[in-house]
Amino acid sequence: MVSEYISVLIFILAGIGIVLFTFFLARLIRPSNPYKEKNVNYECAETPIGDSWIKFNNRFYIFALIFVIFDVEAVFLFPWAVAFGKLGLYALVEMILFILILFFGIFYAWQKGALKWV
Amino acid sequence: MIATSVTFWLKDLLGSIGLSGDLLTIATYGILAVAVFSLLSVLALFLVWWERKVAGHIQQRFGPMRNGWHGWYQTLMDGLKLLQKEDILVFTRDRMVFFWAPIMCFVAAFAAYIVMPFGEGLIVADLNIGILYIVAITTFTIISLLMAGWGSNNKYALLGGMRSAAQVVSYEVPMVVSILIVVLSAESLSMVKIVEAQGGWIWNWNIFKIPVVGLVAFITYIIAAVAEANRTPFDLPEAEQELVAGFNIEYSGMKFAMFFLAEFINLFTVSAIAVTLFLGGWQGPGPASISFIWFFLKTFAVIFLLMLFRWTYPRLRVDQLMEFAWKFLIPLTFVNLIIAAVMKHFGWYLGN
Repeated sequence: MVSEYISVLIFILAGIGIVLFTFFLARLIRPSNPYKEKNVNYECAETPIGDSWIKFNNRFYIFALIFVIFDVEAVFLFPWAVAFGKLGLYALVEMILFILILFFGIFYAWQKGALKWV
Repeated sequence: MIATSVTFWLKDLLGSIGLSGDLLTIATYGILAVAVFSLLSVLALFLVWWERKVAGHIQQRFGPMRNGWHGWYQTLMDGLKLLQKEDILVFTRDRMVFFWAPIMCFVAAFAAYIVMPFGEGLIVADLNIGILYIVAITTFTIISLLMAGWGSNNKYALLGGMRSAAQVVSYEVPMVVSILIVVLSAESLSMVKIVEAQGGWIWNWNIFKIPVVGLVAFITYIIAAVAEANRTPFDLPEAEQELVAGFNIEYSGMKFAMFFLAEFINLFTVSAIAVTLFLGGWQGPGPASISFIWFFLKTFAVIFLLMLFRWTYPRLRVDQLMEFAWKFLIPLTFVNLIIAAVMKHFGWYLGN
């Protein structure tokens, strides 16, 4: 007997199947007339200058990095929240310390200017 | 109780016509997947029409009026039109990434509905990790937007995709921490158990059950949810006036329709989660067989609120958006979580 988690796999496969089916349906009835001028990149009706696969602003990378820290923290907090009633005062103090340490982290990043969008 | 769950009912029905074993489970979930898809299509058609009507009346016009009574089948016609549209494919695109981005966007929005409790027993599978699963699977939307932005090989699209990734990632943290307050209160991740813990009177809903903290958590959740669903005032990824259309600029026809559908499914998802977590889910007066009516009423009320946000607030600037998340919302939600934990420990909850 498979567990109910098989439903996740079935839903993902069914979702892909439904979308591919609608793409197929559209392919049957839609017109198709590609030519070079039509299928060029949109850049406000100008001829595109260069590629857009370029080196990009590293602001985004820094935010993603800080996000990873906080997301891992959230993952640690989920089991804590579920078991909180059984653990008592120990869990409360421990988690306040844990959150405070992360707070020092965010204030450090703040002071360093990592949270500033330039 | 109608039956224990619609899944078990369907399983019995399929079992009585001779299916058994793994095939029975797979057939059950397959049928449910198609049923959920039909429900979501109808909901999305209705929500698009409703949004246009709300927008129209806020701006002192009527919105769609031509097709049927107050234009009720306007979106159906729009969908049929999109089906017939030529698929304009940019020559310089990344073929694989460009093709799979709309599929991934839709699947990420669609798969969240496995654990959505539409009513008492109206749930596909009550996974014991419920809400964590929803948070995990809806995050795949970010990857699909990045894929769309990158795969299009278009500067606007790239900027839109990058911005949306930065935005969704930033608002993910306050959203998860707001959810944690509810998990703390219900001591379970299962969506059904969270709703059942809010039974009884209105002050048993999590928004009132945890005095003040619940209300603050609800507000922070709604703010983060609007940002997650990429709606105004946080619709930087699309920002028509500056980025033209953002990540979906090079998409046309059915591929664009999939992004559009996923956007409205996500709108329903975030509202339904807000209702499930904070507003008592399907709980309401009357027998269990009408519990789904309460769920939909509450969800549509939250959606109406989000629509009012969209058509009354101006768009934020990108630096304001990021600094609001990191310098205000995240510290606030964490302080809120600590207060909630202290209150839980000393038993300062209402309605126990």
